[in-house]
Amino acid sequence: MTASAATEPRRKSASLISGATGDWEVVIGLEVHAQVNSRAKLFSGASTEFGSAPNSNVSLVDAAMPGMLPVINRECVAQAVRTGLGLKAGINLVSVFDRKNYFYPDLPQGYQISQYKQPIVGEGEVEIDVDGDVIRVGIERLHLEQDAGKSIHDQSPEHSFVDLNRSGVALMEIVSRPDLRSAREAQAYVTKLRTILRYLGTCDGDMEKGNLRADVNVSVRKPGAPFGTRCEIKNVNSIRFIGQAVETEARRQIAIIEDGGRIDQETRLFDPQKGETRSMRSKEEAHDYRYFPDPDLLPLELEQSWVDELAKGLPELPDAKRARFMDAYGLSPYDAAVLVAERESADYFEAVVAGGKAGPVDGKLAANWVINELFGRLNKEGLEIGKSPVSAGQIGAIVGLITSGTISGKIAKDLFEIVWAEGGDPVTIVETRGMKQVTDTGALEKAVDDIIAKNPDKVEQVKAKPTMLGWFVGQVMKASGGKANPQAVNDILKAKLGI
Amino acid sequence: MQVDEATVKRIARLARIRITDDEAKGLEAELTSIMAWVEQLDEVDTDGVEPMTRVVPIKLRMRDDIVTDGGIADDVTRNAPLSDDHFYVVPKVVE
Repeated sequence: MTASAATEPRRKSASLISGATGDWEVVIGLEVHAQVNSRAKLFSGASTEFGSAPNSNVSLVDAAMPGMLPVINRECVAQAVRTGLGLKAGINLVSVFDRKNYFYPDLPQGYQISQYKQPIVGEGEVEIDVDGDVIRVGIERLHLEQDAGKSIHDQSPEHSFVDLNRSGVALMEIVSRPDLRSAREAQAYVTKLRTILRYLGTCDGDMEKGNLRADVNVSVRKPGAPFGTRCEIKNVNSIRFIGQAVETEARRQIAIIEDGGRIDQETRLFDPQKGETRSMRSKEEAHDYRYFPDPDLLPLELEQSWVDELAKGLPELPDAKRARFMDAYGLSPYDAAVLVAERESADYFEAVVAGGKAGPVDGKLAANWVINELFGRLNKEGLEIGKSPVSAGQIGAIVGLITSGTISGKIAKDLFEIVWAEGGDPVTIVETRGMKQVTDTGALEKAVDDIIAKNPDKVEQVKAKPTMLGWFVGQVMKASGGKANPQAVNDILKAKLGI
Repeated sequence: MQVDEATVKRIARLARIRITDDEAKGLEAELTSIMAWVEQLDEVDTDGVEPMTRVVPIKLRMRDDIVTDGGIADDVTRNAPLSDDHFYVVPKVVE
């Protein structure tokens, strides 16, 4: 990758950090480790389930007993291919598994089976949207590898406890190009990557369980200068920490360089409590991994026809869905982005648009209701969309009732509260509880006449100042208990007041 | 290729094999002669030749994504010098 920054137009989200000697640019590349969604492990028939009893999801292969041989899980390969396709990447029909050698108690084989020179997926791309700028982030490669086990250090002062349940679970390591220029861009990239993986169903993206974690490569340079020396911050496990780690590390490097020092390429650890990164010097020597092709595994050869079949089975991805929502339903880019951020939200929205028994409803109004009323309420209650007490059909019915003029927007909010608390068919509730909007002109005219008769002073004022009309509308609405059709009231008032 | 003493010590360290200085000196000569023997392969021109990965025409076998193994924590930890509640217990390795 050449440093062509001097000619690139600067984008708003590529924030500069000012130091004593002027502005600095941060350059970031990420290695994301995403746990593959599968029932069994990459090379054994043991379960991948999280939170099981210690060493209960361990076969003799995972425990690296002598003579055990790995046999690859076809679904894990399929998931890697699907992910590659979702990242618009080239699929390598021949790839090779290598041994990455190092010693650690949670790595019983003494090596991790990974892919080094010939990964299963080649170059691709992820599009991110930051401050209205569309940034294309290059993907260098994706490879399959085994996860390690888990060491627990707080059970005893002299010992570490090792659980191999995670040992051998399939991971996809997704390596980006150093195309990111700020903490926010790095966060937007991981967020987008996570969304794509969740749409594809290839990784659940659960960062709390460690199912998605990132190694963050950070360097700094004067704008337009060649890349600086980078440091790798290992295993950052939340989007927020990724942002903090970038900021912290960039400032540390700038301070060193401005003091006349030099950045050593090294592995560091981010400590969120202290808000600092620190060196993991002990890892340095282990960096000689002595990769070589795993003699237990033949090259992984795929048929193009199988890859094509997997491509046909891919779901609509967030970028395509967003474009379709804007095109088909007239949604704003922002609303469309909010709805497609999670596949569940997008599916829910489309079910709302399909409407209740009365048929499809207006997309824009449906989007407003889903984003403002439903998401607002779900957030307040700390609920996920899957746990919503109000179904998409019910919201569809409410939106339908507004569109047909059966109820006013204000009554619709009351109706939403009733459906949230008690459930039931919105159409029936409106009937039985007398919530229908009054469009009967006779009844509305009588209400208007009453208000006019009672307020001769206001009638004089409104003739001089037509904006006063709102006050009259308000009075009539109040008298009707919110059930009057505001447009009808408006029309009658104008006629009667002669404005 | 001449394998020097520092290289011998580094390889030993990476392999977690403890060797004395005397042993290192002996291994220096042994490894150098092994390398010289292997280097005979350099005489063969392998330009454009695919690396051979198998001697019989078989492909990598794959398994279905079905849980068929596990639930043997007793067996898995049986040979462990130290274990507790089915965890392997090892000397402290915290950074």
